Amino acid sequence: MSGVGEACRADFPILSRVINGSPLIYLDSAASSQKPRQVIQAVAGYYERSHANVHRSIHTLGEEATELYEGARDAVRAFVGARFREEIVFTRGTTEAINLVAQCVGRTLRPGDEIIVTEMEHHSNLIPWQMACRDRGAVLKAVPVVGEGFLDMEAFGRLLSPRTRVVAAAHVSNVLGTINPVAEIIRRSREVGALVLLDGAQGAPHLPLDLAAMGPDFYAFSGHKMLGPTGIGVLYGRREALEGLEPAWGGGEMIKEVWIDHAQWNDLPWRFEPGTPPIAGAVGLRAAVEYLGKLGMERVAAHERDLTARCLAALGPIPGVTLYGPRNAEIKGAVVAFNVAGIHPHDGAAILDERGIAVRAGHHCAQPLMKRLGIVGTLRASFSVYNTPAEVERLAEAVKDLRGAL
Amino acid sequence: MVYSNLIRERFRHPRYHGALERPDAAFEDVNPLCGDRIRIECRIADGRLADARHRGDSCAICIASADVLLEGAIGQPLDLVSRLTTADLLVRLETDVRASRIKCVTLPLTVLQGALEGREVAR
Repeated sequence: MSGVGEACRADFPILSRVINGSPLIYLDSAASSQKPRQVIQAVAGYYERSHANVHRSIHTLGEEATELYEGARDAVRAFVGARFREEIVFTRGTTEAINLVAQCVGRTLRPGDEIIVTEMEHHSNLIPWQMACRDRGAVLKAVPVVGEGFLDMEAFGRLLSPRTRVVAAAHVSNVLGTINPVAEIIRRSREVGALVLLDGAQGAPHLPLDLAAMGPDFYAFSGHKMLGPTGIGVLYGRREALEGLEPAWGGGEMIKEVWIDHAQWNDLPWRFEPGTPPIAGAVGLRAAVEYLGKLGMERVAAHERDLTARCLAALGPIPGVTLYGPRNAEIKGAVVAFNVAGIHPHDGAAILDERGIAVRAGHHCAQPLMKRLGIVGTLRASFSVYNTPAEVERLAEAVKDLRGAL
Repeated sequence: MVYSNLIRERFRHPRYHGALERPDAAFEDVNPLCGDRIRIECRIADGRLADARHRGDSCAICIASADVLLEGAIGQPLDLVSRLTTADLLVRLETDVRASRIKCVTLPLTVLQGALEGREVAR
């Protein structure tokens, strides 16, 4: 590994695959990124040399596994700029992290309390809040999406009130790519005493993070979208915010002492990690954040902005193409959603796949946003460290041919 | 090749696309995987599917599947229509649809059979 783009492609074994007779062009990293050899070997090496259950094993392997698992927590803490290691709770992924908070906070909701989401949320940051509100008689409100795909911050101001308990918003939209004004969201939410949860599934893999400075109460993200394994994710929780929560789930490891009719909870972060955790996943995630750290997140972000700008410029002028989300790559994450007139997104994706190009198609788990845009779905190209300008050009050539393909 | 000539032809020029005035039965459903929506309206006479039309917002495979489904089902006894399977449609579509798209083929079938089971009585 020496840099982004072409310079790191040799680290990713899967990129040498040939799909339907063409070299793979993988433009679906927003759904799940590919893995470098460093991550694959870290996971394999853990299972080959060090696997045992963590925390209460006295034997050598148990101690090694515990050191690796807790070491991963330290690596993640440094990567996201958290102040304390106990602010890093390992989960199965973003979805579980958000559900954890929604369940814990949900139990404290009273009828008439309000939760604010946005119209651009992934279902993962919507449904858990719908469920929490439904169970407690609380009210769910949504910040509208306006213009090229921005949050209506004036409307947000009108929705905020002393009744607002939680504001849950995407850091970066998984469809529009919009980077939301999280500093303003956090500041204004705090003014009314609301907790802020940011869905960082499309933030952590692509942007430099300093969560202590940014200041959300909760920030959720997934390992598999940032070069790490599936089945591991992170709930960052500001220490004071986590301390205020009762655990979501019970089991081993989350307790200090247990009697038959009650128990005393464990310290942070283990209070929120019942059962045997995804140890290998954490080991792989550590390798992933170390890989990204060596590349440098500023460099990663600049590389992906360049690819996004090239993609917008190449697709925009093609007859029949409609782009969704901001047209300016400087204020956008590494996703480009688009449609081709007369071609259903699933047909478009299938035809691109015949040329080895992997893009996402459909509603991207954002049906309220699709309804807002008045469409069934879109095609979506998304980028990671290993993508190149040449791949963007190949995508544009293939998209030009889409209209005549059916 | 996912898109057989037949699928392309029926996508471009479906023969049974549209709506019926005062249908005897109708049903509409979505494919939760992709959000595709299709509605089928039916006229029933003498225990047979006398006529039917499909419309909605869906992909080429789903539109072609609906079209060949109605082509084969119109004029047939209802009990025979209720026993049609996805395999019957795949033969008619002259294609080998991957597992990820099989719901696109199946949706029109479940919608038609849902209509005939009276899941929604046309207003």
